[in-house]
Amino acid sequence: MTETADWTGHIRRIQNSKDQEAFAELFNHFAPRVKAFLMKSGTTESMAEECTQDALATLWRKAHMFDPSRASVSTWIFTIARNRRIDVLRKERRPEPEDLAWGPEAEPEQEDVMSLQQETNQLGRAMAELPQKQRELIEKAYFGDLTHSQIAAQTGLPLGTIKSRIRLALERLRHSMK
Amino acid sequence: MPDINHHLNEKLLLGYATGSLPEAFNLVIATHVSLCDECRAQVESYEALGGEVLQKCGTVDVSKDALSATLAKIDAGRDVEMPVPISNGVFPTPLHGYVNGDLDAVHWRKIGGGVSQAILKTSRTATVRLLRIPAGTELPDHGHRGTEMTLVLKGAFCDEHDRFARGDIEIADEDVQHTPIAEEGEDCICLAASDAPLRFTGLLPRIMQPFARI
Repeated sequence: MTETADWTGHIRRIQNSKDQEAFAELFNHFAPRVKAFLMKSGTTESMAEECTQDALATLWRKAHMFDPSRASVSTWIFTIARNRRIDVLRKERRPEPEDLAWGPEAEPEQEDVMSLQQETNQLGRAMAELPQKQRELIEKAYFGDLTHSQIAAQTGLPLGTIKSRIRLALERLRHSMK
Repeated sequence: MPDINHHLNEKLLLGYATGSLPEAFNLVIATHVSLCDECRAQVESYEALGGEVLQKCGTVDVSKDALSATLAKIDAGRDVEMPVPISNGVFPTPLHGYVNGDLDAVHWRKIGGGVSQAILKTSRTATVRLLRIPAGTELPDHGHRGTEMTLVLKGAFCDEHDRFARGDIEIADEDVQHTPIAEEGEDCICLAASDAPLRFTGLLPRIMQPFARI
């Protein structure tokens, strides 16, 4: 199962009813990926195991803060794993932007959630179609193998579409907070 | 939301999303992004790319008891994490965590020419500090080594080329040599990060530099 919307439902079930079955399914899909990601990012096997468990525990605790009109579940898990890696490998704090958490009064539109999912799938396909060398360079950047001065800013991916989608979601959120 | 004219560049946005920047830079970026939806959308789109990398980077088996160990961690930990409230002060939330409060909580130290600074504690790979430049005051003429980011939080400054007000960020690298001046009217408060010491061209600032840690 790779459909973003289905995983979004899992997060809702965790948020609404602390659904352990939903969590177990999500865990079985994502934990081995997070562990692979962390090991490719330079952590040892045992550290990656520990961090993966921490990351998935964080997902449970933050389930109510997930906004499916702005991020897919895999995007969100990536950010949690990345921050855990910075914490463990570099012993640094990770300053995050001010949170635009949405309450019940600002429930995202289903249409926005669907659109974001489409954009995310398109991004995934575009990445799969990149020449291998270019794709590897992008992966290296995300595994933390490139210093910031080595990162070339152009990914060659059509990020403009997903950016406008997220931008729209942010505008609606800002509007609902007024 | 302030009306922002000067944004982060692609390299820094991608570096922030991948997690490859020093903490000092991350703080300035997180503070700017708190004020700028344009850059926030850009960061979140790079994070979406990270999500795709995560989906496709293969799998490594977790230990047999990993799920039950994780559930135990959930039971043992805090129940839920609540979002940090949105700041209504001068400093956006990420900066609050480093100052332990808003503008009135800053411990300023004079560094000459009426300018004050407060160095914030981060990892040592780069430095970040708050600057308070009195209205109408010229900052020492300086060039840069490495990358320097200056984010305006209050007031405004101008250099030979542009005007920077709340939310605007100036990215300077080695070929920038400029003379910023704080606008008349109110003191200018900036958050500035650098991965190399500044290089002042005047004699007095150069003597001061090692002591002021700028």
